[in-house]
Amino acid sequence: MKIAIASGKGGTGKTTLAVNLASFLAESRKVVLCDLDVEEPNSGLFIKGKLIHREDKFKMIPEWEKDKCTLCGHCQKVCNFHAVIQLGDQIMVFPELCHSCYACSELCPVDALPMIPQKMGELKQFKKEGLSFVESRLDIGQEQAVPLIAQTREDLDKNFDDDFIKLFDAPPGTSCPVIEATKDADFVILITEPTPFGLHDLTLAVDTMRELEKNFGVIVNRHGIGNNDVLTYCQKKNIPVISKLPNDRRIAELYSRGSLIYQKIPEFKKQLVNIADYLLKLQEEGIR
Amino acid sequence: MKEIVIISGKGGTGKTSITASFAMLGGKDIVVADCDVDAADMHLLMQPDWEKSEDFYSGVIAEIDQEKCVKCGNCADVCRFSAIPIIDKKYVVNKLNCEGCGYCFHVCPTDAITMKEQNVGKWYISNTKADNVMVHARLGIGAENSGKLVAKVKNEAKRIAKETDKEFIVVDGSPGIGCPVVSSLSGADFVVLVTEPTVSGLHDLKRVYQLVKKFNISAGCIINKSDLNTKVARQIEKFLREENIIHISDLPYDETFTKAMTNGQTIVEYDDANLKNILVNSWEKIK
Ligand code: SF4
Ligand code: SF4
Ligand code: SF4
Ligand code: SF4
Repeated sequence: MKIAIASGKGGTGKTTLAVNLASFLAESRKVVLCDLDVEEPNSGLFIKGKLIHREDKFKMIPEWEKDKCTLCGHCQKVCNFHAVIQLGDQIMVFPELCHSCYACSELCPVDALPMIPQKMGELKQFKKEGLSFVESRLDIGQEQAVPLIAQTREDLDKNFDDDFIKLFDAPPGTSCPVIEATKDADFVILITEPTPFGLHDLTLAVDTMRELEKNFGVIVNRHGIGNNDVLTYCQKKNIPVISKLPNDRRIAELYSRGSLIYQKIPEFKKQLVNIADYLLKLQEEGIR
Repeated sequence: MKEIVIISGKGGTGKTSITASFAMLGGKDIVVADCDVDAADMHLLMQPDWEKSEDFYSGVIAEIDQEKCVKCGNCADVCRFSAIPIIDKKYVVNKLNCEGCGYCFHVCPTDAITMKEQNVGKWYISNTKADNVMVHARLGIGAENSGKLVAKVKNEAKRIAKETDKEFIVVDGSPGIGCPVVSSLSGADFVVLVTEPTVSGLHDLKRVYQLVKKFNISAGCIINKSDLNTKVARQIEKFLREENIIHISDLPYDETFTKAMTNGQTIVEYDDANLKNILVNSWEKIK
């Protein structure tokens, strides 16, 4: 079963939930947690496991072979992203703009633009007792998160079979990176805060999930601050509220130190038990 | 004209609440730009009148005319994004997967494929309760946040500031380190980094600062919730000294942030004591 944890905006407790839920579930099942927030991966700060694998991740970009090129200008014409440009008798490639579509390369009449790998980030795999943890990190200066997210998902599919509960910490927002991260999830948890910002961003996230035709539910974090509008909204839209995590300064303090929360705060653990029950029941009902 | 961009690397640090407070304090001297188009929230505090709105088009996606398609499969073969599956024996484009590269368009023997411009959102010009103009936007669901909409919002804000002779542009920047934040930062005169003393706050601050450095922009930092973890707060201060980042101010952990927001107010309206003083002083330092 693949479960993505997402939120319309950052800072609503996505990572807190992901690391605590993963660690808790791993006490009794095979679990892999995967941080797909490749621009700002944070889960690893809370799970200090043993590094068991590291590899560079590449994207493919064209490289100009001057000797073969006839300067026909076709490559510049076919590239929709202005990533290959003809300047006088030079062809210039702008790797950060390239989407690796291969059009220029394969449509070049004389094979003067072979595709070569360029490093865009790295993937690390850790192990801590029953929990496996995979993290991908985009290099500074790389502007596109989506290819790295896609490769990380593929890796996970290859390396972990269906016996694993797979939890994904998705990037924030509602644009391409979130779509890529939640694409093949069986269930999406949207975590939000009971505030006007939280509600506004939740409605965007809900619209996104409806568009993707995903099964999803909501977890309200820092329940008790703000107002009741998020709960009213969920009720009106028939969206299940899976759990309400307490608002407690001690949670913020534990988080600030990079500590897990459920081992120290019983009320938080109680909520995790509920969430775990909810997810395992979904699994039994055949969402896998 | 001075362009001040407020960013935070990660969400939840209070960036938008702080930016909105500066927008209030700047009043009629400034133009406000909300460049966090993916989760644009500032309008919830600024009561904009949505005076002008315009659709924003950016990028294209493929569309297949079934009448012309001879089912040769060329398009699906070349597509690197698995965006042309066969459904009911027809080649169709999966809109969410299509990157708009146009490769399929070039290899279709019967010209069955057209590349259609995409409406990726809307942008607005509003008058706010702070007696200034705000440019903001809303990205469509699942649209690619290529940074183009961010650039549009910023350029419009710049244009208005120039035309109306304003001193400052205050920009609520995007999160992350990708295209949107690159667009938010380009052309800025000063960057305000909002962070919190948590291990992830420090981690993201360092990461996003690497990007700021590439742009060679001078920077200052506000540590929000500074009393949450004094040890990490010290580490942040050390980092600021090492990198010559101005330590603008510290704000305490305070649920007033949330209360003000729930009231639809900025902090400087809701609070008339400590928090307000700190923010007033911060704004004086920044501008
Ligand atoms: S398409 Fe090939 S031959 Fe033509 S200009 Fe580009 S690289 Fe040169
Ligand atoms: S691979 Fe595609 S995106 Fe990259 S340069 Fe070539 S045509 Fe442009
Ligand atoms: S435009 Fe590119 S991504 Fe879209 S369907 Fe055609 S080949 Fe695939
Ligand atoms: S390349 Fe053109 S004709 Fe061939 S399957 Fe695709 S749309 Fe149809």
